[in-house]
Amino acid sequence: MNDIDITALELSKKIKNKELTVRQVVESVLERINEIEDQIQSFLFIRDKEELLLEADNIQEKINSGELCGVLAGVPIAIKDNICTKGIKTTCASKILENFIPIYDATVIKKIKEAGMIIIGKTNMDEFAMGTTTKTSAFQVTKNPRNKKYTPGGSSGGSAAAVASKIVPLSIGSDTGGSIRQPAAFCGITGMKPTYGLVSRNGLIAYASSFDQIGPMGNNVSDCAALLEVMSSYDEKDATSRKINDYQFTKGLIENIAGMNIGILQNDFDNTLENTIKKALIHSKEMLEQLGANVSYVSLPFTLEQALSTYYILACAEASSNLERYDGVKYGFRAKDYNNLQQMYQQTRTQGFGIEVKRRIMLGTFTLSSGYYEDYYKKALKVRNKIKNQLAQIFEQYDVLLMPTAPVTGIKLEECNDNNPTKHYFSDGYTVIANLAGLPAISVPYGYDNNGLPIGVQFVGNCCEDKKVIQAAYTYEQKIKGQQLKQNINSKR
Amino acid sequence: MENKKTQYETVIGLEVHIELCTKTKIFCSCSTAFGSEVNVNTCPVCTGMPGSLPVLNKKVVDYAIAVGLALNCNITKVTTFDRKNYFYPDNPQGYQISQLYHPICTNGYVTIQTDSGERKIGIHELHMEEDAGKLIHDEECNCTYIDFNRSGVPLIEIVTEPHMSSGDEVIKFLEKLRCRIQYLEVSDCKLQEGSMRVDVNVSVRKKGDIKLGTRTEMKNLNSFRAITRAIDHETKRQIELIEKGDQVQQETRRWDDGKGTSYVMRSKEDAKDYRYFPEPDLPPVVISNDWINAIRENQPEFREEKIDRYQKQYNLPEYDSRLLTESKQMAQCFEQTTLLCNRPKEVANWLMVETMGLLKDRGNDSGKIPFSPKQLADLIVMIDKNIINRTVAKEVFERIFYDGVEPVSYVKEHGLAMVQDDDSIRLAVEQVIKENSQSVEDYMAGKTRAMGFLVGQTMKAMKGKADPKKVNQLVEAYLKTLTNI
Ligand SMILES: [Zn+2]
Repeated sequence: MNDIDITALELSKKIKNKELTVRQVVESVLERINEIEDQIQSFLFIRDKEELLLEADNIQEKINSGELCGVLAGVPIAIKDNICTKGIKTTCASKILENFIPIYDATVIKKIKEAGMIIIGKTNMDEFAMGTTTKTSAFQVTKNPRNKKYTPGGSSGGSAAAVASKIVPLSIGSDTGGSIRQPAAFCGITGMKPTYGLVSRNGLIAYASSFDQIGPMGNNVSDCAALLEVMSSYDEKDATSRKINDYQFTKGLIENIAGMNIGILQNDFDNTLENTIKKALIHSKEMLEQLGANVSYVSLPFTLEQALSTYYILACAEASSNLERYDGVKYGFRAKDYNNLQQMYQQTRTQGFGIEVKRRIMLGTFTLSSGYYEDYYKKALKVRNKIKNQLAQIFEQYDVLLMPTAPVTGIKLEECNDNNPTKHYFSDGYTVIANLAGLPAISVPYGYDNNGLPIGVQFVGNCCEDKKVIQAAYTYEQKIKGQQLKQNINSKR
Repeated sequence: MENKKTQYETVIGLEVHIELCTKTKIFCSCSTAFGSEVNVNTCPVCTGMPGSLPVLNKKVVDYAIAVGLALNCNITKVTTFDRKNYFYPDNPQGYQISQLYHPICTNGYVTIQTDSGERKIGIHELHMEEDAGKLIHDEECNCTYIDFNRSGVPLIEIVTEPHMSSGDEVIKFLEKLRCRIQYLEVSDCKLQEGSMRVDVNVSVRKKGDIKLGTRTEMKNLNSFRAITRAIDHETKRQIELIEKGDQVQQETRRWDDGKGTSYVMRSKEDAKDYRYFPEPDLPPVVISNDWINAIRENQPEFREEKIDRYQKQYNLPEYDSRLLTESKQMAQCFEQTTLLCNRPKEVANWLMVETMGLLKDRGNDSGKIPFSPKQLADLIVMIDKNIINRTVAKEVFERIFYDGVEPVSYVKEHGLAMVQDDDSIRLAVEQVIKENSQSVEDYMAGKTRAMGFLVGQTMKAMKGKADPKKVNQLVEAYLKTLTNI
């Protein structure tokens, strides 16, 4: 029996109905880790078995007594390693935070603990979430469970792989330019970036503050909606937190898109969009029409290159500042050989950061420097505002947009090297749009290409219309289920 | 040199940092208490822990608006924060959250009285920012510790236009600024303790020149005296350089008050590029007219207004009005005491002479008055009603000041009230005259001074508790009866 080969919601139902105990669930997670984690390497840290079992028993008691009655009580979850967990190492997959143990829980961690979910461990990622392959991690290389020659995508590659390899039914990622959706697409799972401000960033180690957003990753839209419902809240500790009327996202799980106006993105990113993905979109259009939606092609008034440049200028600028606190003074790594303060800073940061992080810090430092600020940072800020306004106009006509999650179905591990550092930046082209404008977007599996690699498509909605996005994705997912047999991960091994 | 000096004029602008006395820090809820054990008032935010986020303390905005209004500034309707990036161990995030692009207040002024009349000193801007931690160097272990208690304490920085031309004007400006801020009760503005920090920008130019000379910035000025000395010294230094045919270098200098000279801290070439950019963690602060009006309505009556009113309403001399309003506590004590006893001049005298004298003796510059208006009013009423005389009143006042006694009960308990019935005074007079026949004879012989001695003796016999006027009358009357015989 593999208990985890079911969805989170089914799992918690079985726990509630006493078909399964929380202890059994945790044991089965650990068993699965033993089976597969060596090959996938999705976790940077896995909690102690005894500790987990003790916690499982505690939660079981609370479920039995009725103290815990949430829909995800007793469900195991994996957390991306850039989210602070009190007493548990949080490294951002960087040498500079190799032994850093936070003294506080991120707001999302508090929320999932309150919901009775069990944190299994911390997942691998691109260093400081900078990357699209999870290969910039300072510690290990995570493989795509669908095809181990491929990366799981990034930066939340570990969180995606942990779900795709059926270790946990749910995980938490963070999405700055596509870091939840792209690995979700590459690993054939569902991942959602909510509206900016819906999930508190308090305790999320910042990469680019005005883009970063925490979101759920899981096997299907329902699980993601349930997790988002648990995670989201207005938080006084995050000044960019957003107050909305209704946080019940599972209400969006309605299988109906009749009459919905859906736009399918026509912009072809530098003609690099793979043919299979193009075909998937055309097929998706037919399916959505069959479901009663009004589907039409839409061209964005800006190019994806413009969106991408804007994103990289602004995100790197913010990153260069956000990462200044890693100076060896207060916590984390400090270089050993130095004669003065300046050398301590230089050596610590030279030895502590990986190449991609350094590259982005330098890019960001450059664009903020006097003499360049106007031409780069300020201009990019203007373009971002323009893009926001243009998208707002588009959403006057459309309920949701459908577009590829990534222009390719996968990136081979061997193709990741430092010879062509910006080669993979383009793979963020479709995802950064939602981050630039703070919009909700969810990547759902369409099917597989000829190499057996998953294809993901994303629904993007207007600001705060997360429920509508969930509704569209859920309806689409139900339709897809009938069309295509899900590939069994176990048979691939 | 001296006559060369008259050909030049000095141009001075100031950057004044003021620590606001909010209960909690600007971006977290840690206490701002001064003098706590190291790193006690800290949290993930003010120590720059990964993942922590700043949340603006609205009280800081209230205070900044109040100061801005007091300095006749425009209040920015949508004000934003910016990050000032630099590496230094006292700065835990690697950047200071400050305001560059849209500071909360701009374009104000302060008027000062100078020898050449009234002058307007322009305020370029006022912005909010956070203070840094404190480095503690340990010589013994050759290492440095960091205390983050001060990290995140709210500051406002006031930048003036270069409108001042002498140390004297700078001091007048700072005194006025400090007085206004103290009246607002948003800071105690102590230079020595660092709750007010002044950086002075000085340049010189030939009189009549329109173009400003190259300026230098002077730091580490811990008293008004140091500021005046540093300005004089820097003016002289710059004139000498120019007279020698050299150029003034744009640089930051550090004043050494002990040695009476300054040193280069940072030259222009070392000037840092702070890479300011909008703080993405803090949304813009929208300041409504209602918000501004609410603060405007709560603004206190400032010193200049009080000086005017005291002369009109209480008929006090200008001198008294100025002295009483130097601190808000004193002015409030004056007003409340007067309200209770309705004797403005009497209250003014007690405050200006006795109170200020004792405060000075005590050497406490907090200006805190250790008694309530009621205590002083009760004392004044007792004098008025002839219950105690002035000599006793002064003694009682000291007990009020040092021990906080209630004057009415104190006078009663210690039997200090004046003896009111004439018979007992008359008895004392008779006794004194009987015992001092020589003085009586002197008086008879026309030595009128002898009467003073007899009055004094009677007062002594009454233990000072008689009304001297009454004693005088009775002694005189008694002596008259003697001469008539
Ligand atoms: Zn704090």
